[in-house]
Amino acid sequence: MADLVISNLHAAIDGTEILRGIDLELSQGQVHAIMGPNGSGKSTLAHVLMGHPSYEVTSGEVTFKGTDVLELEPDERSRLGIFLAFQYPSAIPGVTVANFLRMAVNAQRRGPDGEPNPIRIPEFRKLLAENMEQLKIDRSLTSRYLNDGFSGGEKKRMEMLQMAILQPKLAILDETDSGLDIDALRIVSDGVNRLTGPELGVLVITHYARLLQYIRPDRVHVLVEGRIVESGGPEIADKLEAHGYAPYGVQEAAV
Amino acid sequence: MADTELTQKERDAVAIGEYKYGFHDDVTQPFFKSRRGLDEQIVREISAHKSEPEWMTDFRVKSLKHYDARPLPTWGGDVGRIPFDDIYYYLKPVEEQAKSWDDLPPGMRETWDKLGIPEAEKKYLAGVGAQYESEVVYHNLQEELQKQGVIFLDMDSALREQEELVRRYFGTIIPYNDNKFAALNSAVWSGGSFIYVPKGVKVELPLQAYFRINAENMGQFERTLIIVDEDAYVHYVEGCTAPIYSTDSLHSAVVEIHVARGGRCRYTTIQNWSTNVYNLVTKRAVAEADATMEWVDGNLGSQLTMKYPAVILNGERAHGEVLSIAFAGKNQHQDAGGKITHAAPHTTSVITSKSISKDGGRSSYRGLLQVNKGAVGSRSKVVCDALIIDDESRTDTYPYINIDENDVEIGHEATVSKIGEEQLFYLMSRGLSEEEASAMIVSGFVEPITKELPLEYAVELNRLIQLQMEGSVG
Repeated sequence: MADLVISNLHAAIDGTEILRGIDLELSQGQVHAIMGPNGSGKSTLAHVLMGHPSYEVTSGEVTFKGTDVLELEPDERSRLGIFLAFQYPSAIPGVTVANFLRMAVNAQRRGPDGEPNPIRIPEFRKLLAENMEQLKIDRSLTSRYLNDGFSGGEKKRMEMLQMAILQPKLAILDETDSGLDIDALRIVSDGVNRLTGPELGVLVITHYARLLQYIRPDRVHVLVEGRIVESGGPEIADKLEAHGYAPYGVQEAAV
Repeated sequence: MADTELTQKERDAVAIGEYKYGFHDDVTQPFFKSRRGLDEQIVREISAHKSEPEWMTDFRVKSLKHYDARPLPTWGGDVGRIPFDDIYYYLKPVEEQAKSWDDLPPGMRETWDKLGIPEAEKKYLAGVGAQYESEVVYHNLQEELQKQGVIFLDMDSALREQEELVRRYFGTIIPYNDNKFAALNSAVWSGGSFIYVPKGVKVELPLQAYFRINAENMGQFERTLIIVDEDAYVHYVEGCTAPIYSTDSLHSAVVEIHVARGGRCRYTTIQNWSTNVYNLVTKRAVAEADATMEWVDGNLGSQLTMKYPAVILNGERAHGEVLSIAFAGKNQHQDAGGKITHAAPHTTSVITSKSISKDGGRSSYRGLLQVNKGAVGSRSKVVCDALIIDDESRTDTYPYINIDENDVEIGHEATVSKIGEEQLFYLMSRGLSEEEASAMIVSGFVEPITKELPLEYAVELNRLIQLQMEGSVG
């Protein structure tokens, strides 16, 4: 059985159904892409998988490595190894990046009964320095307040830095490519590619095929109106690049 | 009362804040305790006990008359439920002040150890005064500072040893008839600190006073007077705690500060009374030309606090600052803020207020900004931010602004925010529990103030806020 199993997932916000029966299986070591036009439910899927309280799961199941994910709070999902790279990460004024990252690392390191096992400071500094260098993030960022006044590119890199440091088993990238110029896109996708391997499953959520030139998916799923209407290999991304979502009956500007 | 017989109120108090300081010492028997309630006889008894000069006895009696005549304030918090007739207005815990912690009775010594005061003195303080009930039971100042002429005494000793200096300033910044509770303090004051820093002397490490209420129905009325001479500097820190009882106690202090030309005084308070204490305090400073006065005022405890540290900017280019943090939890009302009077040209001031309300708590910012005619070129900025943790809690803002001069620059900003669902979700998605995430948002919210504190106090304040946040999120 795959590590992540989504079956017949329905979810609604404020009584409006957005996801209308999603089925998807993904294992560690694989990269899947979910592509879809605006309003198709891509971000909803990402938020439902992470447990955002505004969404109501009306039916269906999600398991990760056999655990019923839908029963868990977001922090419990995180400690299970699920990570969401946000399209619009929140700013936390007054909390420095370094402080936040150390708290997050320590939260992940807690034992099964919550017993603390904090990382030693020199070890944490080293971990931080290495990963920041890889992602070409300026060292001064660690003493700034988390996402407070960050540019779009800085926010995305911060998400990648968190992913690198927290070492999830399943990473969901929600429109990580939006708002990035080509250099930033390369840095971010290099960051993701560096982390992919047999221990990591990646679910890339994107509107555009562009990102998939840098992060090559094993499978591509097309999401339209809350349902997966087609699944296949990377060639689907190429097809979307060429023809947009029109073949799926979607009216919108070219991709 | 045995531990097994806690009343519901006491159990609530223990349960909500994880209040660490709610224990009490029932071993040490007081040396002297006045009867409950207040009248002229008690006031004269207090004065006689202290062998005070006649002018002070007269001052007390005059103050009592004003106190009796003056009605309770009807604004701010509800002071009508204070059991004035049940309060002990004077309680002398030991016959003599100790020079060494070891000379204190064991129960009292244990209290100070639990509060960590002797340890703090060794590590990072230049001097310590420790007040227990009505009297300062331990006092010490580093010898080096004594040699430089710094005076740091409890107020009663100062009246004996520095009578002229005390008489010149006492009651001049906050007159006995300033308000009902200043009048009460003026009548029954006991303990508190007296500090004189001579010209040009900079006291690098903080001087600290700690105020501990131990008895039930206690009234604590310390009186503090600080004089910072020209170009001198001092940082004074006060902390306070009390046991949890089902009955109410009253703390009503008066603090007067005079900062001479070019001097600087910083006064930091970490108020952590138990939630059966009414805390009604008058604090005011006068800053002369080029002087700086800074109040850092943290209010975490008490059931009702009414406190608005004030600065009168009396000389050109004087600078006044109030940094205020209030945390109102269950059954708490923090009515706090600051008052600044620009009475000279080119004076500047900043009031920064941050309040947090949770579990039905109520915090109010109340501030006064006064610019007198002739205070040309003055600048002031008031920022008050309120954070509300849940729907049951409340925050209000009462900014009073009187500007009698045209050539001034005034800024006022106020924000109210709730802890955002998106912020919580974001932090929780990184593995932080809901409590940890809320506490992180709150500590970020108060960071502009904690970063101003010496490390030890910043850590302490953050720790207290974390404790207040624990178990609070539904």
